[in-house]
Amino acid sequence: MIQFNNVAKTFRRARVLDGISLDIRLGERVALIGSNGAGKTTLIRCLLGEYTYDGAVTVNGLDPRGNRTAVLGSIGFVPQLPPPLKMPVGQLIDFSAALCGTDPRSIHGIAKRLGLDIESILSRQFVRLSGGMKQKLLIAIALGREARVLVMDEPAANLDPEARKIFFDLLAERQNEATMIISSHRLDEVSSLVNRVIEMDMGKIVLDDKVADDVSLSGTLTCRIVIKRFEPAFAKAIDAWRFAPSDDKLVWTGHIAGPDRLRFLGMISRYTALVSDMSLAEAAN
Amino acid sequence: MKQLWLTAKLDIVESLRARWFQIYTLVFGGIVALLFLFGLTESRVLGFIGLSRLLVTYIQLTMAILPIFVLITTVRSVAGDREAGVFEYLLSLPVSLSAWFWGKIVGRYIVVFAPVFLAMLGAVGWASFKDIEVPWGMFGYYTALLAVMALCFLGIGMLISAVARSTDIAQGAAFMVWLTLLLFLDLILLGVMIQGKVAPEVAVGLALANPLQVFRTAALALFDPQLIVLGPSAYVILDTFGLAGYKVFALAYPAALGLLSATIGYFIFRRGDLP
Repeated sequence: MIQFNNVAKTFRRARVLDGISLDIRLGERVALIGSNGAGKTTLIRCLLGEYTYDGAVTVNGLDPRGNRTAVLGSIGFVPQLPPPLKMPVGQLIDFSAALCGTDPRSIHGIAKRLGLDIESILSRQFVRLSGGMKQKLLIAIALGREARVLVMDEPAANLDPEARKIFFDLLAERQNEATMIISSHRLDEVSSLVNRVIEMDMGKIVLDDKVADDVSLSGTLTCRIVIKRFEPAFAKAIDAWRFAPSDDKLVWTGHIAGPDRLRFLGMISRYTALVSDMSLAEAAN
Repeated sequence: MKQLWLTAKLDIVESLRARWFQIYTLVFGGIVALLFLFGLTESRVLGFIGLSRLLVTYIQLTMAILPIFVLITTVRSVAGDREAGVFEYLLSLPVSLSAWFWGKIVGRYIVVFAPVFLAMLGAVGWASFKDIEVPWGMFGYYTALLAVMALCFLGIGMLISAVARSTDIAQGAAFMVWLTLLLFLDLILLGVMIQGKVAPEVAVGLALANPLQVFRTAALALFDPQLIVLGPSAYVILDTFGLAGYKVFALAYPAALGLLSATIGYFIFRRGDLP
């Protein structure tokens, strides 16, 4: 579906992409990882036809540079940093929907599922939204159309746990009909979302690995945590995951999204000394 | 075409909310208001009185302000959008590069020309209300001159934006272009000519190639048809073009220069990296 054939990109003598060759098939969920300057963003921009390059990039056999509208019509993109657009949210949605030939109501629908009160912000400037709201809106624009390729740069970074769970559900709905490329600095942020990991360093692919596809995107885990004593910092952190406390606030129970387990455990690891008992069980779907 | 209009509309909405546009509108609206406030329609200079007197002053002021305003705001917002990641996101949507680039020009042109024109229209409206005679011929030609001036400098601004990769470089280049055009205005050329450093034909040729000077001379020609204030250069201009011919040249040449600059800018834009 997506092919990079010996793709190279140089900026003022600095070789940012050094002969990248890749073949990504339909249904693959690829984590594109690597440190800053590894070449992830440049590779994505080549895929979006935004950069010139040596070599060849094709999406369904079409060059994204020469067939912009056809190729980009099938790609949904979520950037890492939201653009500082002054236009109202409603206009951004209408503009995107008109270009992509989709109904703005489907974007509204996805935004609502992500917990965004879309009607109340339609006339508000995009740039004035909070980081999380911007992220939700950009995800809604990317997913609110028939995209066969989803390219997302740290898509869940600014989302709260509840919105992340819905985001994973939305991805699960698309997993058989779309190819996903999810870029991140850290593998643990995206590992449970993907079935293939590509690591880049200094413009080269240093790892290309298929990973076990055992984690269901839409699955949830039931969690119970017992703590030794009440700690306000812990209570605040666990409350963000919508866990409910017992009367004495020493036992906390809740549900977490399957793909969020590493992130959750990362948060819990900060309170290791406080936790006396913990269970994490896959909930029956 | 649909993509072009969508992009134009987007640029208009973005510009209307930008601070530069508010200042820009305030400046041109303010000039007209001040000219009325200072009683310019009642004063008489070189036989001009009423609205024609006001329009003559307005166009002289506009010619000093509009080019640098259009150049700087265009390069700032286009190069700034590129730096801030606006291009990265919006150009990931299925819009053709021609629709994007020309749509931006159309949107920006409307935004740049509207306040200048509306200020003039406001002056005409006020004059009609006050029973001051409106010189429609002068109003029409000045409107055309301003429309062409906006197009000319917008095209040059888009060319600079396509070439320069950062806001700082784009702004510096725009300022240099404006300074260069100022340097080749008639007074400086006259000084060089008097010193005998260039042939008179070269000096007049340079003046005619300079869109700022072309506008200035065309505006002068409306109230000084013999171009007496230009001295001997007037003979070259009037012998070569005739008064009517020069008025057409003053519209056609800057418009062609603006469109040519924009077209070169478009080809540079589509050939290189977009964000």
